[in-house]
Formats: sequence, structure tokens, C-alpha cells
Amino acid sequence: MSLADGRGTPAFEAVGLARSYRLDGGVTVDALRGVDLRVEQGEFVAIVGPSGSGKSTLMHLLGCLDRPTSGTLRVNGVDVATLDDSGLADLRNRTIGFVFQSFHLLARTSALDNVALPLVYRGVPRAERRERARRALEAVGLGHRLTHRPSQMSGGEQQRVAVARALVGDPRVLLADEPTGNLDSRNGEEVMGLLERLNEGGVAVVLVTHDAEVAARARRRIHVRDGRIERDA
Amino acid sequence: MKTAEALRMAVEALRVNRLRSMLTMLGVIIGVLSVVILVAIGTGAKDAIEKEISGLGSNIILVVPGQVGLGAAPTQSRLDLSDVAYVRRVVGDPSKVTVAVNSGEPVRVGRVEVFATLTGTDENMAHVFDRPLRRGRYLTKTDVDTRRRVVILGSEVAAKLFGDVDPIGRQVTIAGVRFRVVGVYATVGATFGVARDQEVHLPVTTAQRLIGLPRINGIAVGASGPDEIEPLRRKVVDALSERYPGETFSAVTQTQLLGTIGTVLGMLTGVLAAIAGISLLVGGVGVSNIMLVSVRERTREIGLRKALGARGRDILGQFLIEAVLLTTVGGVIGILAGVGGALLIRAVSPVPASITWWSIVLAFGVSAAVGVFFGVAPARRAARLDPVVALRTD
Ligand SMILES: Nc1ncnc2c1ncn2[C@@H]1O[C@H](COP(=O)(O)OP(=O)(O)OP(=O)(O)O)[C@@H](O)[C@H]1O
Ligand SMILES: [Mg+2]
Repeated sequence: MSLADGRGTPAFEAVGLARSYRLDGGVTVDALRGVDLRVEQGEFVAIVGPSGSGKSTLMHLLGCLDRPTSGTLRVNGVDVATLDDSGLADLRNRTIGFVFQSFHLLARTSALDNVALPLVYRGVPRAERRERARRALEAVGLGHRLTHRPSQMSGGEQQRVAVARALVGDPRVLLADEPTGNLDSRNGEEVMGLLERLNEGGVAVVLVTHDAEVAARARRRIHVRDGRIERDA
Repeated sequence: MKTAEALRMAVEALRVNRLRSMLTMLGVIIGVLSVVILVAIGTGAKDAIEKEISGLGSNIILVVPGQVGLGAAPTQSRLDLSDVAYVRRVVGDPSKVTVAVNSGEPVRVGRVEVFATLTGTDENMAHVFDRPLRRGRYLTKTDVDTRRRVVILGSEVAAKLFGDVDPIGRQVTIAGVRFRVVGVYATVGATFGVARDQEVHLPVTTAQRLIGLPRINGIAVGASGPDEIEPLRRKVVDALSERYPGETFSAVTQTQLLGTIGTVLGMLTGVLAAIAGISLLVGGVGVSNIMLVSVRERTREIGLRKALGARGRDILGQFLIEAVLLTTVGGVIGILAGVGGALLIRAVSPVPASITWWSIVLAFGVSAAVGVFFGVAPARRAARLDPVVALRTD
């Protein structure tokens, strides 16, 4: 690994990042209108803003799930424009962990296998996968729920499984789009605790939230409005 | 992602929707089953007929007037016994040439009457054809020369007319004429639906008088070895054409017969297999349909997998393997059921069925190919899904 682990390299570096959608009628929606953003390694950032302001769009771009209409984005120093689709898939797999508002676990699949999924696409052998998945589940306090399926777990437990899945591949950054949005305050608190612990371990965390209390725990808050960064503090 | 991994995922996905997977497979199972059974029947029929032809006796050339072939009209024979003598001179060895005059007549003993195929022939019949006797004797030259009213009965005719009584020396009546039984043939079975055990042989001269025509239906020549068949056939046909300029004669050899029948039955088997193949195709369409439904249902899953690092080709492989697994498992079940069905048909019905390894290999190959062919479209749709759109889907 060359640039990817470099100390001084920012986790994300976006310049003039924009994303517009062309609707069927020929109308274009500018979801993001030129965002300049730099997130250092190990930072903890909260993105806040009204609904429809472009937070999720930004997260998808940062997470390399989507490509910008214009502007450049470097993830761990790598310009994503230089990567093809499988290059992006590999980047997601190795450097980014995702946590979604609606958990996105595979139904009918055990917690252990859900957590091990990213390692499947990295070609990790099955035995090692299961061992790492087990350790990740223990790290989120679910060592006793290995064989449970999502339908057999509470929302809080499901989101902790999702966090375990995000961290099992030792990512550099963790992107969480309203990770506490579907949880009550106690479970939300627990998940936030996990994210903070991860962050202490050196993983950069970028999370989107509507919850002022959650946002208050971040060292840096970025306010988005109408597809632009309004305030960064 | 490794293939073993993809396979495990596919098995898991199909297990989750067990009933649906089974029903989808059913289409393929029925298709493969019908291919295997129909090919087995076609091949069995071909084998049975080829065995019958070989049973005629080896290295025989049948000379008949006119054109022999599919759809050719039967020709009025103009050959008579002088032509047989002519062919004998051409061939050189008179004992290797025999003759046939055919007619169908009822044969009666007292009140019992049996419809039989009368064949007028001569003392050389037994040298050319393979026709063992059970009792009595063959026709002799004297029988032919003196137009004796003697007959040799096929085993079935003998059994029907005489039952357990020994027919040798007894009398039968054919068209009002009395004949003495001098021999009974051993049972040989049917050839081309010609029930040879229902034949009655009599001297050719006697037969001609009985029918009232001096004609013969055909001349049979026995070659001394397989290599001699073709030169001999040409020699005989050329000699007859020379004798009767402007007329056609055909000489059918066993090899030709085998070839023609083989081609016809091969085509028939092919047509049957193709018809069965259509049902396999319909099964494939079912697979395609279900895979499309599956892709739609699992849009979120696909988005998630992509977010976690699955490449387009991982997703493509996953769905393609699912489709191929459906069709090959269906194919294997279909093959087993087809082989079982063919064996059952052979055991309980007179229809011959013979299972060939190539039809099994083909059926398996085709079902796998059907999986790939019909799985590609849904799998590509899955692979191309935009992860953002897929993740937003609810
Ligand atoms: N696929 C799309 N096609 C067209 N417009 C889109 C698409 N995706 C998002 N948008 C639009 O882009 C804008 C930003 O959407 P985005 O999901 O980023 O908002 P958000 O800040 O995450 O909102 P929320 O807080 O409600 O989740 C919205 O106006 C939305 O309608
Ligand atoms: Mg959003």
C-alpha cells in the first residue's frame, strides 16, 4: 500500500464536488452544488442539515457508491475518477465501512454470516472469515447472538450487527447515514458509543444525523443546506 | 470471489425459496425427462430393427425390379425363372442364388384356417438365408422341378394349425389345393413387421401355378464375404440391365438397408428429441422469469453487496450460478427420472428403449447451457444495478 496508509493524507478530500440528477422530464435536480471538504484520518464529523439538503447524496459520493457529476474526490489519497467500477468496489471493500439507517442486513442469514460478508468479496478463507466475524460481534457486545437472524434480534442489536459488519474489514473510515434514526434513545446511545470507540481506535467517522444530541458528540459539525456546505465547525 | 463461495451462496438462496425453486426446476425436469425417454425409445427402435436386419442372414443382396427407395411406387415385376437362371450364370455359384414369389393365402386344416404369407422359393433358400428347421427337411431340386405340392410351415402357422400334433406328413389345403407338410421352421421372430413365423414355403414352380402368373418377386444372392457384396451387387444389376435395356433394377444389401433405416430412425429420434427440447426451452423461460423476479425482490440485497465490495462480475456470477444450479439440478433429476422411465417402459411394454450415454451427457450439457442462456439476462440486470438506487429501494 502506497498512499493509502500515508499519515498526512486526508481520509477524504473533495473539491467542487457536485451531483445532479436528470429526471425523465428533462428537468435537472442539483442535489449537491460544489462541496469542498477535507476530512483528516481519525476525525469524527457529523453532517447535519434539513431534509433534502443533500446529506445522503454526499455520503454516497464519499462512500464511492456514486460518481460525482463534476468535481474531484480523493479517498485516502486516491482520485476516484481514476478507478473503474471494480476498482471502486475494491476501495469500498478495503477502506470504507457503511452503517445505514435501516440496518440493511440480509434476512434469513445469521449475524455471523452477515458480518463476514465483506470478507467474502476480499477472498478471505471461510474459517478466517468466521473467526474475524465472531471477534467483531464480540466487540459490539453480541458474542451471544452469533447464530441469530435479523428477525430474531431487536433493532438495536441489528444495528450493532451492522456496525460489526462495518468494522470487520478494518476500514480507514466509517460512513453512517442516520445510524440512530430508527432506534430509541437508549439503543441509539449504545450505537453512538460503539462508533466513538471505533473512532478512538483511529477510524475516521462521518455520520449524518438529525439528532442535535448526537451531533453534539462530534468534534466537528458540517451544516449542509441546498446542496452546499453552509457552515463547518 | 471464489466459485465455491458463489456456489454456496446460490445453494443458500435456492434453499430459502425451496418451493419456488422446485417448481422452477420442474419445467427443466420435464424437458430433460422427455428428451431422455424419447431418445431412448428412438434408439431402442433403431437397435431392434438393426438386429432384425442382421437376423436375416449375412451378406445378402436382394434384387428387385424397379426403384427401391422411400416413396418409390412398387413396380410390376417382369422377372421370371429364366432370369433366375441367368443370374445364376452371372454369379457363377448357382447355390448362392435363390428366388421368391410372394402371395397371401389362407391355409386350412379341417376347420382351422390361418392366414399365411406364401413364399415360393427353391432348394437354395437355405444356402442364402439363415433359416433353421425344427423338424423335417428343406425343399429339394426335385420338389421344384416336378412342382411338388409340399410345404414347409413357419412355427406359428404349424402351432395354430396342428397344435401339439407333429405336422410332418400331414395335409394342409391352400386355395383348394392339398399340400403335404415336409418341414417346420424353427421360430425366428419378425423382420420389419414381416412375421416370418407366419410364412409358408413351397416350391416356386408350384407357387407360380397356384397364383397363375409366371412371374417372380425377387432374387436373393448370397455373397461369400462382406467385401464381395458391393462388386457382386453391381455385377448382378449390370447384367440384368443389359438383359433388359431401359429398365431399372435395384439390389438392396443389408448394409444399405441398415444405412437407410438407420438414417430414417436417426431423423425420427432427432425430431422426437427436438420436440422434447422445446419443453426444455419452455423450462428455461421459466427459469429466466423466476430469476428476474428474484433479482427484483433482492434489489436491496444486491445494493448492499455492492456497497460491501461486490463487483459487477461477483453479482453476475452469483445469479448466473443460481440459474445454472436450478437447471443442472433439474437436469440431473430429469435424467434420473428419464432413465427410470425408459427402464420402466422397457420392462412393462413392448416398446424398446435403450439408454445411451450420449443422450445423458447431452441432456446434462443442454440443461447447463439453458441455465447460462436464460440466466444471463437476469444476472446482467442484477450486475448493472446502481447501488445507490438499490439501497434506497424499500
Ligand atoms: N435518484 C434521484 N433522482 C432525482 N433526485 C434525487 C435522487 N436522489 C436524490 N434526489 C434529490 O436530491 C436531493 C438531496 O437528496 P438527499 O437524499 O441527499 O437528501 P438528504 O439530505 O439525505 O435528506 P434526508 O434528510 O431526508 O435524508 C433531494 O432533493 C432529492 O429529491
Ligand atoms: Mg438522507
